[in-house]
Amino acid sequence: MSTSIEPDATSAMAAVNPRGIGRGGDTHPGAGRARGPRESLLSRSGAMLVMAIFTLYFLVPIWWLLVASTKSRGQLFSTNPLWFADFQLFQNIGALFAYRDGVYLKWILNSLLYAGLGAVVATVLAGMCGYALAKYRFPGRETIFNIVLGGVLVPATALALPLFLLFSRAQLTDTFWAVFLPSVVSPFGVYLSRVFAEASVPEELLEASRLDGASELRTFFTVSIRLMFPALITVFLFQFVTIWNNFFLPLIMLRSEELFPVTFGLYAWNSTINQFPELRTFVLVGSLLSIVPLIVTFLLLQRYWRTGLGSGAIK
Amino acid sequence: MRHTKRAVTAALLTSAALALTGCAAGDSGSGGGDAASCEPAGEDVTLTFTSWIPGIEDAVAIWNEANADIQVEVQTGPSGNAGTYQNFFNQLEAGNAPDLGQIEYDALPNFRVQDGLEDLAACEDVVAAQDQFLDWTWGQVTLGTEDEVYGVPQDQGPMALFYRSDLFEQAGIEVPTTWEEYREAAVTIREQGGYITNFSQTDINQFAGFVWQAGGQWFANDGDAWTVELTSDESMTVADYWQDLIENDLVATYPAWTDEWNNAYNSGEVWSWNSAVWGANSIASGAPDTAGDWSVALAPQWESGDSAAGNWGGSSIAVFKGTDHLYEAAKFALWLNTSEEALTSLNQTAAIYPATEAGLELPTLTEGVEFYGGQPIYDVFAEAAAQVSPDFVWGPTMTQTYADVSDGFKAAASGSSTLGEALEKGQASTIDALEAQSIPVAE
Repeated sequence: MSTSIEPDATSAMAAVNPRGIGRGGDTHPGAGRARGPRESLLSRSGAMLVMAIFTLYFLVPIWWLLVASTKSRGQLFSTNPLWFADFQLFQNIGALFAYRDGVYLKWILNSLLYAGLGAVVATVLAGMCGYALAKYRFPGRETIFNIVLGGVLVPATALALPLFLLFSRAQLTDTFWAVFLPSVVSPFGVYLSRVFAEASVPEELLEASRLDGASELRTFFTVSIRLMFPALITVFLFQFVTIWNNFFLPLIMLRSEELFPVTFGLYAWNSTINQFPELRTFVLVGSLLSIVPLIVTFLLLQRYWRTGLGSGAIK
Repeated sequence: MRHTKRAVTAALLTSAALALTGCAAGDSGSGGGDAASCEPAGEDVTLTFTSWIPGIEDAVAIWNEANADIQVEVQTGPSGNAGTYQNFFNQLEAGNAPDLGQIEYDALPNFRVQDGLEDLAACEDVVAAQDQFLDWTWGQVTLGTEDEVYGVPQDQGPMALFYRSDLFEQAGIEVPTTWEEYREAAVTIREQGGYITNFSQTDINQFAGFVWQAGGQWFANDGDAWTVELTSDESMTVADYWQDLIENDLVATYPAWTDEWNNAYNSGEVWSWNSAVWGANSIASGAPDTAGDWSVALAPQWESGDSAAGNWGGSSIAVFKGTDHLYEAAKFALWLNTSEEALTSLNQTAAIYPATEAGLELPTLTEGVEFYGGQPIYDVFAEAAAQVSPDFVWGPTMTQTYADVSDGFKAAASGSSTLGEALEKGQASTIDALEAQSIPVAE
C-alpha cells in the first residue's frame, strides 16, 4: 500500500514529465503521516479489528470455494466445509476441461474477448469523447454531457430487453456482436475522462502541439492520452469488471453455447444442478477458475488505478 | 423437467415486468387463430430447438445423421424458470422464437394463454401417437381440452417414497402404506431423535404432487374461464396433514436443496423423502455416505387399499407460434420422445424418465440400482406412473402462484402462520394475477 500518490495533476510538472504519468511524484505517504497527529493505540487497534473482521467476511467465501473445489463429489457434503479432504483439485480441473469437449475453456476465452477487447474499445471511445467534451467548445456541449451523464443513472439491466428487441430487428441476436457492441459504451467512462482531461491536460500544451503542426488526432493520441493515462486505466478496469460480470445481457441475447461468457455458462449449469448433480463440482471449480483473470488484471493494473483514484481525491 | 425454484434475481423480475407490458401491448397485433397447416415443406429445412438438458445434443446428433433434409440445431440456456422461459417470451415478442422448445408441464398453460404455441393437433402423426403415451402425460399437453395438443410429452416425475430401509428395519417400523401409518412412524422416529422427512417450503410443485395424489385439483379451465381451487377440500386435507406434522415437530424444515438439507439426509437425521423418480439421483449425489441403505416403495395412501400416485415435474417439447415448419418440427418432437434410440440416449446422458408406455421398459430402467441396494427401483416408479390421475391441470401463472404459496409456507414452517392460510393467500393472489393479465376467472 505504499506507491506514490500523484501530485496535483494540473501542476506544470505533470506536463513536463515526458512519461506524463506522474509517477515521479515524491510525496510518500509515510512522510504525510509523520506530519499529522499520531492515532492512539486504542483507535488504531480498533480500526485494525474492524478491517480484520471485514477481511475475514470477504475471504471466507473464497476460502470455502477453494476448499470445495479440491473435493470429490462424495466428500463435498460429508466433510468439513472449511477444510481440505482428499486433494483432488487437479483431477477436478481436468474433468472440467474435458467436459463436453472443453466448453468451459471456450467460455473463458469468450469472457476474455468480450471483457478485454470490449474494455479497450470502450476506454478509447470514452477517452476521446470525454476529451472532446473537456477541450473543445461547441454548441450543445453541456447538453451532450448531461445526456451522457443521465446514461450513468440507467441500469444496464433495464436496457437489456429493449436492446434485445433492437438486435432482433437487425438479426444480430445470438451473435458475438449482441454482447460486444453494448459493452463498448461507458457513460461513466466519458464522465471520468472529461473531468480528468479538464484537470490534467493543460491548454498550453495543446497550443504548443498545434503550433508545431500536429493534427488534433495526433495531439490526442501522442500527448493527451498519456496525460489521461490514470483515468483511462480506471475506465478500463471498471469496464472490464462490468463486462465480465454482466450476465444479464448474455442471458437475454445468447442461445448458442459456444458464444457464452463464463458467468452465464456457469449460471446455466448451476440452474440445472438439482436435476444433474454431477454438474456441481464443475460449477465450483469453474467459479474458482473464473475469478483468476479478474485477480490477475487487478494485480497488474491496481497501482495505476490507485494513482487515478488518488488524484481524483486530491481534486 | 422439474422446476428448480432458485431465487429469481431482481433483474429477471424487472425484465419480466417489461416483457409483460410488452406482451400486453403486442397482443392486439399478433392475435388471431391463423393455425399453420401441417404440410411437409418439400425442401431441406433447419430447425432450431432450445433445451437446457445437458447432453441432449447426443440424441439430436442421431436424428441429424438419419435426416439430412431436416437438420436440428440445439440452442441452450439456463433451466426454464431461471431465464429460458423469459427468453422464449422475449423471442415470441421479437418474432424470432426457436421452432421447438423445452417447456415443463406446469409452464405450458402460461405459453398457451400468451398465444405462443402451435396446436399440434393439425398434425395427424401427433394425434395418432397419443396411444403411445401414458394417459396422464398426454393430459398434461392437451391442457384439459378435447382436441388440442400443445406439445409432445418428454418426461415425467411419478412420486414414490424413498426411505432408509436400514433405519426403518432397526427401529422395527413397517414401511407405511397410508399417510396415517406414516404419521405414526414419524412419532416413533422422532422418539429416536430423527425426523421421518423434511417438509420443503419452496418446492410447491412437490406439494401440488401431494394434492394430485389426493385426487385434488388446483385449476380448471372450461374453455372460457379459469377456476382456481388452491383451497379445494383435498388441497386443505393435505395442508392440514402436513401442518400437524410441522406443529408437532415431526418433520424437519430445512430449506430444500441446500447443504444443510443434503447433510440432514447424508447424516441419517432424516429418514425418508416423498419424491419423484428423478430424486433418485438427488439422494445419490447429496447423501453419498448412505449408499446401499435406501429403498423405494409406493407412496402412502389416503385410504388403505387405494392406489394413487402424484407427479412432480416433467416436461414437454412444444412448437412455437411463428414456425414455418410445423410438420418437420412435430416429426422431430415425436421422434425425440417416442423412438427407442432417442429415449435410450436421453436416459443415458441425462437420466430422462420417458413419458411413453414403451419407454418405461427400456433395459436401463429395469435393472437393479446399486445405490438402492440393488433394488430395481424404476419398476416401482413405472407402477406409480400408471396410478397418476390424468385430470390435474396447471394454471397459467404458476411462477407467481409458487412464489406466493412458498412465502406462506416459509411463514408456516417458522410457526407464524399455517399451510392452510398460505393456500388461501395463494388462492387470492393467483386470482388477482389472472385478472391483472385479463385472463377470465370463473365465479
